[in-house]
Amino acid sequence: MSTKAIIETHELTKIYNGQAAVDQLTFIVNEGEIFGFLGPNGAGKTTTLLMLLGLTEPTSGKARVLGLDPTRDPIKVKSRIGYLQENMGFYPDLNARQMLRFVGELNGVTGSAAETRIESALQTVGLFEEIGKKIGAYSRGMRQRLGIAELLIKDSKVAFLDEPTLGLDPDATNRMIELIQSLARDQHMTILLSSHMLQQVQKICHRIGIMIKGKMVVQGPIDQLAQEKFGVGKEKYSLEQIYMKYFQEA
Amino acid sequence: MAQGLKTIIKKELADHFSSYRFTIIFALIAMLSLITAYMVGLNIKNELAGVAKPRFIFLMLFTSSGALFSLVQFVAFFGPLVGLVLGFDTINRERNEGTLSKLLSQPIYRDVVINGKFLAGVVMIAVMMISIVMVITGLGLLIMGIVPGFEELWRIFLYLIISIIYISLWLGVAILFSIVFRSTATSALAALAMWIFFSFFVSLGANILANALSSDTTESDPDKVMTRAKIVKAFSLTSPMELYTDATATIIDPMRKSTRSMVSMGPLESISMARFSGPLPLSQSILIVVPYIISLIAIAVICFAISYTVFMRQEIRSM
Repeated sequence: MSTKAIIETHELTKIYNGQAAVDQLTFIVNEGEIFGFLGPNGAGKTTTLLMLLGLTEPTSGKARVLGLDPTRDPIKVKSRIGYLQENMGFYPDLNARQMLRFVGELNGVTGSAAETRIESALQTVGLFEEIGKKIGAYSRGMRQRLGIAELLIKDSKVAFLDEPTLGLDPDATNRMIELIQSLARDQHMTILLSSHMLQQVQKICHRIGIMIKGKMVVQGPIDQLAQEKFGVGKEKYSLEQIYMKYFQEA
Repeated sequence: MAQGLKTIIKKELADHFSSYRFTIIFALIAMLSLITAYMVGLNIKNELAGVAKPRFIFLMLFTSSGALFSLVQFVAFFGPLVGLVLGFDTINRERNEGTLSKLLSQPIYRDVVINGKFLAGVVMIAVMMISIVMVITGLGLLIMGIVPGFEELWRIFLYLIISIIYISLWLGVAILFSIVFRSTATSALAALAMWIFFSFFVSLGANILANALSSDTTESDPDKVMTRAKIVKAFSLTSPMELYTDATATIIDPMRKSTRSMVSMGPLESISMARFSGPLPLSQSILIVVPYIISLIAIAVICFAISYTVFMRQEIRSM
């Protein structure tokens, strides 16, 4: 695997009403990697993602995404990153085709090229049969998969997935995890995955970072963390135990 | 055109046309204006039977009140409601549904979102006003059998433009509230309160203020009466409705020489007035209303500028 940094932050800080939501965050995500972005609710994960997207201005510090500054070049950054937000944010009155067409148009994908891309993307995520159904009638799992289809429409090089498996049943969770893996494998996407499903994260992520109270307490490959904390390989310890250990220490 | 603007306008228009809300209010206004025009048309036809037809008779379709009110008055009162209904949940609905951050995480500038929404609203308003005026014009042709003259068409056109600006102003107010308030119910109520205040209370307030400022209201000293009238006028001009009514009345009624509603005249003066009672040329009517149109546009621009600043500064947090 190459080691070109796709996402790089240096002492990135965001202060809301005198409180640091993100506190001097420094981390790196390499090309082609699935990076597990872990941490309790309210640790500042979403805020970090918003800053990397250029939707929120950092109070101080630097961020680079694909070599671009999100604050200076938000349009370029946003055209290259696919962001699957926690609440998904689909218009309930549109059907899958209309929604993807809308996103495509905003990204400059129009005409017959857009139509073929929409159909193949929906086929990839297994929603082709539901193409004319209103999104309001979709289940949560279907919406999440539609979100993945949106990333395929944008043909993004980097994907930010914010809790993509939240509230899904076990079957849908497995499907989602497989989809995410295939994104990295087949589309060569670099994925920043924020999740609480530690078992799944352990299965698919190359490296993880644990964020607590706005600070990145640790980052690295899982077996390396196990080695550091417990002095043994990852076969002996689950990610859950490692996470809890760091959580209690913080 | 900025990237994405066309897409957003297109989507907003589709949303508007398919929404029940717009269908209902459009049906209501179309029906009322049809009835008004029909009654006024019949009225004029009966009254003018066997009499030499005055000039600009066609414009009377818009200005003379049939049973209750004229079309011009009707639009002045209820036009704002259309603007408010189109705009009161523009931004906060998207915020509540979580679609705003989806929209903003696409490669478009933030101002494109409100510009697109505002322009789509203006298009809706224009479509509505134009169709209402067309219906009335057609109905007038049918009932009265009179073809409007060239100047009359120009005046109708100007009336349309002013009306669209006037209703768009209220659209701007509604969008501003939808940005400031998170809840759609709050923004709807705030916008309604604003409308009621400026449409009904300002004229009441003007009289109260004038009473307070001029010592004695029973005074028959012409100077004092004039001062009082001026105070009332100046104060009521803060109301967009007043601006609109004055502007359109002058445009659509060529017999009106000024925007002032009160003209104090002695008997000799009225005789001399009667000798010069020809209609005002179009260019002169326009000259009179230009400041009013500019004020309307200025208010709309201020509203939009405030919305713009507030929206650009808002944090995209947990939406």
